[in-house]
Amino acid sequence: MTTLTAPPAAARAAAPAVRRRSPLAWARERVLLVVTVAIFVFMLLPNAVILWMSFNKPSGKFNYVWNHFSTSAWTNPCAQAGMCHSIGLSLEIGAVATIVATVLGTMIAFAMVRHRFKARSGINALLFLPMAAPEVVMGATLAAMFFNTIGPGALGFWTITIAHVMFCVSYVVVTVKARLAGMDPTLERAAQDLYATPFQTFMKVTLPLVAPGIAAAALLAFALSVDDYIITVFTAGNLETFPMYIWGSVQRAYPAQIDVIGSMMLLGTMAIIATSTILGRVRAARK
Amino acid sequence: MTTVADPSVGKAERKAVPPDHKPRRNLTPWLLLLPGLIWLTVFFLIPILTSVSASVQTGNYDDGFKLTWHWGNYAHAIKDYGTQYWHSSLYSVLTTFFCLALGYPVAYFIAFKGGKWKSLLMALVIVPSFTSFLIRTIAWETILADQGPVVHVLKSAHILSVTQALGWTTGGHVINTPAAVVCGMVYNFLPFTILPLYTSLEKIDPRLLEAGNDLYCSTFTTWRRITLPLSMPGVIGGTLLTFIPAVGDYINAQLLGNPNTGVVGQKIEDLFLRQTSGYPVGSAISVVMMVGTLVLVMSYIRKAGTEDLL
Repeated sequence: MTTLTAPPAAARAAAPAVRRRSPLAWARERVLLVVTVAIFVFMLLPNAVILWMSFNKPSGKFNYVWNHFSTSAWTNPCAQAGMCHSIGLSLEIGAVATIVATVLGTMIAFAMVRHRFKARSGINALLFLPMAAPEVVMGATLAAMFFNTIGPGALGFWTITIAHVMFCVSYVVVTVKARLAGMDPTLERAAQDLYATPFQTFMKVTLPLVAPGIAAAALLAFALSVDDYIITVFTAGNLETFPMYIWGSVQRAYPAQIDVIGSMMLLGTMAIIATSTILGRVRAARK
Repeated sequence: MTTVADPSVGKAERKAVPPDHKPRRNLTPWLLLLPGLIWLTVFFLIPILTSVSASVQTGNYDDGFKLTWHWGNYAHAIKDYGTQYWHSSLYSVLTTFFCLALGYPVAYFIAFKGGKWKSLLMALVIVPSFTSFLIRTIAWETILADQGPVVHVLKSAHILSVTQALGWTTGGHVINTPAAVVCGMVYNFLPFTILPLYTSLEKIDPRLLEAGNDLYCSTFTTWRRITLPLSMPGVIGGTLLTFIPAVGDYINAQLLGNPNTGVVGQKIEDLFLRQTSGYPVGSAISVVMMVGTLVLVMSYIRKAGTEDLL
């Protein structure tokens, strides 16, 4: 970078507009662009590979190396015993954990933004720690507690769900808090000036304004829950969620169907983003 | 993570509660707080305390475990797993370094050169996270496969023989080597570095950088004297959000590594789930790891402040 630090004196004397367009600055900008594009390729390459490999007919048990084109994995996504069942289980746990975590987290966020009370920093620390603690520590300590209280045999759906709610709550609080803190408080005061009861104000003014934040928080909690492996494996007992199924597949056989599910997740996310962008544009155009 | 909700709220996040919002001395905040706080206490705080007790127990699954104050578990936990502690620390430090080195240019580019593409580019950073991270990690098996183009290029450029001499790769492979483990970890944690970096870079008024330029600062000096100090909260938050999960991560070591890349997490899982009397020592290891990480987190929090990181 040292070669870039000293533009010639002549260039300095020139008008600012000329200095901005000097070839050096242009090259430097292109370096940044090239580096950024390369890193984006690094970040997006696995998704492209998953999509590509979902159309593969693997030569052996493991769908790691390209063999030849086939759509059989897409036409029979549930061909592997147990896979779709494990997906169903993950979705069920994700739905329950999301609802509970979103309700608990939203309540905490309202209390934190709208009320003054003591022990604030202690509560902040309690909310921050689950995001900061290594997952394996949370999983192991929770497993230790369950072993000591209800015994290893009782692990299952509810212990997984309890664990997922635990690590999702903090993320919900952060997301909803951000939305609440950015809200204009005068709107609620206006509603109260117009003789709305606190309940009416909450239902007709506050909730619709915070709703996008709550929706984003719920989406985040669902994504975290469905994708979790480490904490789940410590609290699952004999159940097998989808991440645990994938983990097991690395040892047994890795079918192309897993790549099909991976591609569906990507395409689904892109569809949701595209829809919400278009809806946002339409709404903006109406205004 | 606020950017997931709406990139524009970041700016207002730190706006204090307006002064006309009078403090209310009632039970409402506690009614709102209690259910969530009880949940976190029972299923997060108390387990940590139980695991301290579990770490000094002896016994096995058939006869049950008894609290015998067997501190020898800690001697085992510290002495027998030296390689794993070393690997976990090394891989997580390397991961944090590379994530910062790769994440900073990306966050800088999006924040200052992104223009109208800002939200699209940030969406591209986040979108992969919605595909199962295990499937995405296993995709590196294909990318780094022995017959694949990446290994071919590395071989023909003689890079592979250099990395082999350094012990980063072995036997002409990239997959199932320490290099693949770190590559997988950098890939998995990069978004966690980029998000806080972007949030703090995006808050910087671009006029400050123009002022630097107008006062004859070179671009590099402007970055060093203005941008970098202002983006330090993002750097601290990003490295923290990367380092802490990286210390505990054993997914990458398991899926992309080999038996010689063992990390602490693998041992904890093994002791808990596959050995009949392993769980006290497993608890002892997680207590050691927790205390080690907590010391680091606390020194970081002292620097940045909890509210800033939240």
